[in-house]
Amino acid sequence: MNCFASGVLILSVAALAASCSRKPDSTALKPTAFGASIVESSGGKQFGQAGTPLPQPVVVQVNDEPGAAVTGALVEFAAAPGVTFDPVSALTDSSGQATTNVSLGGMAGRYQIAASTLDKTHKKVELKIEEIALGYQQTLGRRLNEQYCDRCHNAESTAERVSNYDNLEVKPHPFTEGETLDKLSDADLTAIITYGGPALNKSALMPAWGNTLKKTDVQALIAYIRAVSDPPSRSASAVFAKD
Amino acid sequence: MKEKLRSLWQKLFGDSVRAFGVVSLVFLASMAIAPAKNFFSEWRHYQHGYLSVIRNRSDANTLRRHFQGGIQQIWLPDLGVVDRCTSCHVGLKEPTLTDVAQQPYRKHPVIPHNLDQFGCTICHRGQGAATTLAEAHSSTLAWEQPILPAKFVESSCGQCHRGPLQGTPQLNLGRNLLSRSGCVHCHAVKLPDGSTVKATDDPPSLSHIADKTTREWIYAWLKDPQAYAVTSTMPNFKLGDADARDISAFLIANSTPVPGDNVTLPAKASSDPIAGASLYGESFCASCHAVQNAAGNVVGGDVGPELTRIGSKVKPEWLQAWVQNPRVYDPPTGMPHYRFSDSQVATLTGFLLAKTDSDLLANVHLDAATPEQIAHGKRLVSDYGCGSCHEIAEVKKPENFAPELSRIGSKPITQLIFLQGMQHTLPDYIAGKIKQPRAFAPGLKMPQYTLTPTQIDALTTALLSLNDRSYSLPPSLAVAAPPESDYQPAGKAGKLMTDLACFSCHRINGHGGDMAPDLTWEGSSVQREWLVQFFKNPGTLRPALIRRMPKFNLTDGEVSELTDYIMTVYQSPSVDRDSMPLSGYSQGEIELGKQLFYGKYSCQGCHIVDTKTDKGYIGPTLTQVGSRLTAAWIYQWMKNPQALRPGTIEPNRAMSDEDAQALTAFLISQKGGGKQEAAKK
Repeated sequence: MNCFASGVLILSVAALAASCSRKPDSTALKPTAFGASIVESSGGKQFGQAGTPLPQPVVVQVNDEPGAAVTGALVEFAAAPGVTFDPVSALTDSSGQATTNVSLGGMAGRYQIAASTLDKTHKKVELKIEEIALGYQQTLGRRLNEQYCDRCHNAESTAERVSNYDNLEVKPHPFTEGETLDKLSDADLTAIITYGGPALNKSALMPAWGNTLKKTDVQALIAYIRAVSDPPSRSASAVFAKD
Repeated sequence: MKEKLRSLWQKLFGDSVRAFGVVSLVFLASMAIAPAKNFFSEWRHYQHGYLSVIRNRSDANTLRRHFQGGIQQIWLPDLGVVDRCTSCHVGLKEPTLTDVAQQPYRKHPVIPHNLDQFGCTICHRGQGAATTLAEAHSSTLAWEQPILPAKFVESSCGQCHRGPLQGTPQLNLGRNLLSRSGCVHCHAVKLPDGSTVKATDDPPSLSHIADKTTREWIYAWLKDPQAYAVTSTMPNFKLGDADARDISAFLIANSTPVPGDNVTLPAKASSDPIAGASLYGESFCASCHAVQNAAGNVVGGDVGPELTRIGSKVKPEWLQAWVQNPRVYDPPTGMPHYRFSDSQVATLTGFLLAKTDSDLLANVHLDAATPEQIAHGKRLVSDYGCGSCHEIAEVKKPENFAPELSRIGSKPITQLIFLQGMQHTLPDYIAGKIKQPRAFAPGLKMPQYTLTPTQIDALTTALLSLNDRSYSLPPSLAVAAPPESDYQPAGKAGKLMTDLACFSCHRINGHGGDMAPDLTWEGSSVQREWLVQFFKNPGTLRPALIRRMPKFNLTDGEVSELTDYIMTVYQSPSVDRDSMPLSGYSQGEIELGKQLFYGKYSCQGCHIVDTKTDKGYIGPTLTQVGSRLTAAWIYQWMKNPQALRPGTIEPNRAMSDEDAQALTAFLISQKGGGKQEAAKK
């Protein structure tokens, strides 16, 4: 009898301890306001190496019905297992924004992130944001893209790298241009990269890279192009979404 | 109660025959049940799952044909691998299963190695022989090496590959940080091939620091290095006020002057901010030094120290001497000796001294140091191991100051002390230790570094690659790093090149920086007259580049010394400079070359020959290429650019001899005459 009582005591103490230790998480954030809609400010459609933090944080904004920013609304981030957020939930700041740093899961593919807030009737308002995790081959392709392709195929300049896009008579296709690139088969892309634009009756401004890049390099580039294509290519990798 | 039990015992085991019968029955029953354990095993469950996943696919028949039930295993005795992972990860080698989100059925991503040759655990760790999920993936009492989280998996590449790899950016960054952040000054890191990881940073000597700066600045710096410069790599030792006071007292008292490193110029430090900014720009100081702008962005290179608050740090006379000739104070510095005139030194010094921050030293008030404080400071300097990184007169470089990290990637978890709330895994421990080294126990000496989460993950990756397996794998698998070169040019020209710090930016014979072109074959590549002019007035070859060759104000004698040396010594065995003439090509050849340039090869996409029509911004401008390069170099470059400069992005077009000849004729006829004529008009 004594044994039994002490057992119950220990169990209840343990349960109490467990509930206490969890408490701060749930009570730390209490919304002081509620919005009507949630929109993305920045940080969507980023590419990151699988398992590593994305280069930029994801920022979402909560608005009320007229469309003005709401301060103090609670935003919760969720995604498939393996994706981590820092923080998992946040209150919107004075400009109505909530920011989180995202690390994608260890598998290559597209990850759907759900950012949600509650409206006045405590109904969940959700925003879906897509991020792309690159595997080994695609990361290799991205590196090759930065070295050889990006300066013509990317119209945007950075402080370190001036784009050559505007200088070209025939404009190259950005690698995210899914509508065009998705129509080309892997064999077509391989032919263009290896033998140059004229191989498919396209501009000779696209030189032949077949003697400079290895076959595996070309495959890696195609894997990268397929991974970042928008809308997703037919041969796109798996999509990881919240259950 | 007892009566009943006794009668039951009597019934079952009353005599030997009866007992034998009962035991036999129990035995038979358990023999019959035993296979059920196998039937309900986890891997069988996953294999059933696999069959239902593939059932409705269009390639179901093929996949079913490939499927083999039962426990699968990859056995590689040479590597010590017995991996049964493929018992559950059934679709690992099925090329069509890339789109399956449900694990463990997805195809393994493309990697350069064959699964059958390396197995799984060499890269992913975990317990290969296990046939249940928990035993294979997690730490158990008998096996403490769990699965390596995906974000650290590049560390496993580093077990064999000692040098940088294209496909492992994180490992490359981590290894770079390991040598660059000063880790190896205190922690020895030996590699399986017997070499040690060398530090690539160059912390300044503190033996003459009183010439350079004040005690107040040292105090503020010690308290918070990043308050002075956000990009500073000096870690924060979290010193108390008294400790910082005493260390600064010791360093100043211990400092000895260097003759000539303080000069007073005839011209006073000028305060002309416009002339200063333009000289700072013209001299391309920003190629190496960064400055934080009003928006908080750090703009500029990271070769030299950040200069945002330099005026609050240095003594004016020291800065003047430094700008005049940095080699007086620090002979091996990577800063070039610019040969500025006195008035230029005054202008630049004035410009730099204006970069101050009144907040930095506002609250620093130090009384004159007492001998006790100095002695205490000296003791602290040796306690904290300052001498591991910095040269300090009277202080010996400590040996084995911190634990060796040569096998940190295999450290048993039982030997680790974890923080509360931390996952008990080795990667978490290493990352946590880098992130907050002092949190693990009171009195620890490792300072606080300012590293981003990405950098911490990269360093953790590099450290995890230093493990037992990198020693136990067959040495034949090891891929050595490209050998380091300590090439130094000889003679007078060599001294001049050291004085100008050419190797801070240029690489020659495998030694030097990568900011500027490799000059190993420069003597075969360029014409002598062009090189002379370039030294006197370095123009830019690539319009889109921000970082450019500065003007060093060389004398005619110095220019011809350098030019002669480069033209004679830096020659490629595959390019005979004199084998092709610089002029005299037929008009037909030139015309054919022009057609090839604009048509078949469309070089104008990246290069400019005619400034009116061409816009290419990637390669060097070729308007004067006929006065710059040798014809033989152009010809060989057309044939195979990577053979002359490995890694160049100019594509190899596998040109025929005729095409290469015609393009050479066309390019060598571009002497830049049109521009000169226009200038004359």
